[in-house]
Amino acid sequence: MENHFESGLEALRQKILLMASRAETSVNQAVQALVQRDHDLAVKVREDDSVIDQFEVEIDEMAIVLLTKAPLASNLRLITVAMKVSQNLERIGDEATKIAKRARDLTQEPPVKINLDVNHIASLALAMVKDALDAFVHRDTAAARAIIPRDKEVDVLNKEIQQSLALHMMANPDAIARCLHWIVAIKSLERIADHAKNIAEEVVYLYEAQDIRHTLKS
Amino acid sequence: MAETLIPKIATPATTLTAAKTGTPLIEIENLSLYYGAAKALKDISLKLEEKVVTAFIGPSGCGKSTLLRCLNRMNDLIDNVRIDGAIKIGSHDIYAANVDVIELRKRVGMVFQKSNPFPKSIYENVAYGLRLHGFQSKSELDGTVEQSLRNAALWDEVKDRLHSSALGLSGGQQQRLCIARAIAIKPEIILMDEPASALDPIATTRIEELILELKKDFTIVIVTHNMQQAARISNYTAFFYIGELVEFDVTAKIFTNPAKKQTEDYVTGRFG
Repeated sequence: MENHFESGLEALRQKILLMASRAETSVNQAVQALVQRDHDLAVKVREDDSVIDQFEVEIDEMAIVLLTKAPLASNLRLITVAMKVSQNLERIGDEATKIAKRARDLTQEPPVKINLDVNHIASLALAMVKDALDAFVHRDTAAARAIIPRDKEVDVLNKEIQQSLALHMMANPDAIARCLHWIVAIKSLERIADHAKNIAEEVVYLYEAQDIRHTLKS
Repeated sequence: MAETLIPKIATPATTLTAAKTGTPLIEIENLSLYYGAAKALKDISLKLEEKVVTAFIGPSGCGKSTLLRCLNRMNDLIDNVRIDGAIKIGSHDIYAANVDVIELRKRVGMVFQKSNPFPKSIYENVAYGLRLHGFQSKSELDGTVEQSLRNAALWDEVKDRLHSSALGLSGGQQQRLCIARAIAIKPEIILMDEPASALDPIATTRIEELILELKKDFTIVIVTHNMQQAARISNYTAFFYIGELVEFDVTAKIFTNPAKKQTEDYVTGRFG
């Protein structure tokens, strides 16, 4: 006989994965629009954000209905984690939108003559998102824990790029407006890594019932 | 006159917003019931949709079981009961003078709080009602008994001991046997009066899963004191208090955002 409650939980899990896939795509496309100065792609990312927002609403709705059914233990954790993961994915979508907005504005201006390793920080942040979701799917808390220190690496890169941009602005005052767009876009990548770290912490809580947030500060 | 409540949100109770208007199978119109001079049900109007689960909830004495028993005229068996108003099933007034109550109870089966198998074999418990309704041939009986036990998710557990006493089954199995007995004669509606309240959590889960399967073929009305059970299995919930229908809506709405404070207080355990 089918277990209807389990089916409801599985539907919730699938919805998160669909939402994650949309969020990852948005970040990928936003970075592509930024690096390749693709105006149309930037506009598309901004338009697609409402789909990710809608996923968040639907996941919360499913979770609230499941909570009325008195879930316990791992089922209870899955539902609360689903709500937090979806909130982090929605914010990842928002950051992609911010990157896309800056990318769109930058296409209206001449390129900034500075060599920024955007692809590196973007690929680090995106890999963290992907690995956090993989850890969720594979119930792999070791993999989830391994994501957390990688956030520092992204923070360091972000700082380095911000410093390069600050120096460039001092030397080229005419590029200040364009450099500010870059500062915001890179900061968004750093925030995406933060959200990936949050998701990884939730994965540990989901499968080990251990709250590791705010415990690994150095 | 009380307003008839028909929430226009439907199956399954997994969303708060999806809307569909189902077909009402049971229409309760201005129903009042008196035990002697005491008015136990007060002007109840309610439309219950076909092939969904409707839960009746409320504190003890609120009238939910009394109303359930009105749906197949079980209250006729109690002295001093008087009913005003009407109950229509498929547009036929079940309290009309020409209604054959035996036929009505064939259409509207019932499962009680305490399992009540006959002191006969497992097979005979299911076959008994079939014989009363004219089934004669052994092959026909065998086929229907098996199908009923399968539909009640009991077949695999009893297929090797069909001719053993039903009283040797566990409480949960006995309750599923009673469900098999009820569905064997193919009613349209199954009334369940706290069918899992005497069972352990595992047996309760099996009954709940069974109810969710049965609603594909039957219209189910269930009385329960367990609000999480109502949330898990029902599409609609009606909340009663001292003989009155306080609120009727989609279950997800009742348990997340009830319209009436009284309902909120009850479902959150503040009274009752």
